[in-house]
Amino acid sequence: MTIFYTYFLSLPFAAAIEPHLPILQVVVPLLCAPICVLLRDAKLSWLWATIVTWITFFIALVLLGKVLASGLIIYELGSWPAPWGIEYRIDAANALVLVIVTAIAAITLPYAKVSVEKEVARPRIYLFYLMYMLCMTGLLGITTTADAFNLFVFLEISSLSSYVLISLGGNRRALTASYRYLIMGTLGATFYIIGVGMMYMMTGSLNMADLATLLPAVDHTRTVLAAFAFVVIGLGLKLAMFPLHTWLPNAYAFAPSAVTVFLASTATKVAIYALLRLVFTVFGGTDLFASTDISLMLIIVALIGMFAGAFVAIFQTDVKRMLAYSSVSQVGYMVLGIGMATAAGLTGGIVHLFNHAVMKGAAFMAVGAMFYVIGSVRLNDLAGIGKRMPVTTAVFLVAGLSLIGTPLTVGFISKWQLVQASLALGWWYVAAGILLSSLLAIVYVWRVVEVAYLKAPPEGAARRSEAPLSMLVPMIVLAAATVWFGIDGDTTLRIAGEAANALMGPASGGKP
Amino acid sequence: MQGLVDIFKPLYDLWLSFEAFMVGPASPGLLGYWIVIALMMTGFYIVIAHDNLVKKIVGLNVFQVSVFLFYILMAKVTGGTAPILAEGITQYSNPLPHVLILTAIVVGVATTALGLALVVRIRNAYDTIEDDEILAVEEEEDR
Repeated sequence: MTIFYTYFLSLPFAAAIEPHLPILQVVVPLLCAPICVLLRDAKLSWLWATIVTWITFFIALVLLGKVLASGLIIYELGSWPAPWGIEYRIDAANALVLVIVTAIAAITLPYAKVSVEKEVARPRIYLFYLMYMLCMTGLLGITTTADAFNLFVFLEISSLSSYVLISLGGNRRALTASYRYLIMGTLGATFYIIGVGMMYMMTGSLNMADLATLLPAVDHTRTVLAAFAFVVIGLGLKLAMFPLHTWLPNAYAFAPSAVTVFLASTATKVAIYALLRLVFTVFGGTDLFASTDISLMLIIVALIGMFAGAFVAIFQTDVKRMLAYSSVSQVGYMVLGIGMATAAGLTGGIVHLFNHAVMKGAAFMAVGAMFYVIGSVRLNDLAGIGKRMPVTTAVFLVAGLSLIGTPLTVGFISKWQLVQASLALGWWYVAAGILLSSLLAIVYVWRVVEVAYLKAPPEGAARRSEAPLSMLVPMIVLAAATVWFGIDGDTTLRIAGEAANALMGPASGGKP
Repeated sequence: MQGLVDIFKPLYDLWLSFEAFMVGPASPGLLGYWIVIALMMTGFYIVIAHDNLVKKIVGLNVFQVSVFLFYILMAKVTGGTAPILAEGITQYSNPLPHVLILTAIVVGVATTALGLALVVRIRNAYDTIEDDEILAVEEEEDR
């Protein structure tokens, strides 16, 4: 990772730009997005979005390199010092999330071109890329900011644009899915600002590090307790924590394929990051997490979510919705890591954040490619797809194996880490839950594999009809990443470990 | 005469408890917050209980307005004026939450506009804006 940083420093303009990288990460896509409206052309706006997104990806890599090399980066907006002005703080935790978001955004765009042309009406395509960039801006803003209210503003930027992106899906049910997400998402975000308002009432501050030092003095008050509850529930809605997940399956199932890939791999991850930041940094100095049994609540909710999501996924006939329910289940593993509240458990949760982004991205890309070629992703229509689209189906198989948690895939790394973390706490039943819910994953992945490989293709279907190369390459890259980081789990585990330390450590104002 | 007094005794007791309430921990000094809670629960209930998609949006608005009020109330300083730098102004309300909530109002307007636009599209696609009828249609499709 540090090679990107050293390469960046060798660039001629590096010295002038280097101190402003944290804000450029957010401002570049924000300012570049409206240009799509001026371009108005489907191809041009795609090209523009791709260039901008790859630049933000590069910035994220440089930032991660810089953080790993020299530690915490603090950026004061408009040079106003911290408790008064808004500041952006980048440590290992959000640098990693920045890389996840921008990497998925960058790799989805080449894939999106033909897919979007097929699924979105041509006059609206430039708006699609506009919303895509705004959504990315919001997600990056949530990740970089160290101000609790600023986080809300970016949360709404990303949410509003993702409602639009979902509603662009071809089926009319995309509209109702988007509407329901709008209602739930707005409730969640409003819950979040109620919580932030209560924290402000008690401390007079919105800066996260400042809040972390001021909250312990008032942590016995009912106001702070209510603030904590509102924040956890509000963000729980955004991250689709069971039983607040009801908006997710339809939103993912009926959105355009490229949107599903992007949102499934990034939006819930960023919400989980926000929850981590609030719980472990802002409330890190108080003992609310231990004294209110919220850790137990999260673990119970996570375990139910892991089983319920996977169980419901088994009965889906639409593969996109099956994977969406699988996301509910996978979010459970990440919440489980949060609930353990140990460094090892958090490392497992954070590494699963990255790993799930990679494997779910690959899986949804494969399903989107099937939709592109045969126009349906219902199980009955996928008969013999393994022979008709061998590469795409192979990608799905790799991603599916990773969802199960097979060794040599990323899914194994994070589940293994979580199992070890729960055994270290002596919670063998949690470890058993992780293994048993993985068995359910075998069933739903097998249902697709059985139809794809063991059934004959329908009469009269073209024998070989692979997706176009621009779709194949991104999904192969993600599948390769699934295997690569599955074999070499050390890099991601090390960064996730540093991220967990950054979240829980004293440097961020939390408890040592 | 004593009989008449006894008849009104419950009313007097009520008055006493009212007085106790006025100086107690939940006194009308907190009236604003009671209104916030009432509005919040009203809005929340409308969002959950109504099937009409437009009414849900209205409920969402009521819910958000309660939060605006909450921020405005918490910043109010008794006897304070607007935070303007001028002769004779020594005590003023905290302007920061007011500014924050301007942002939230803008977000609320955008959400309402987007929500209503979606309702228009839903009405074109389904010929209804009743959630239960839409659900019935969708369940039919799933079968």
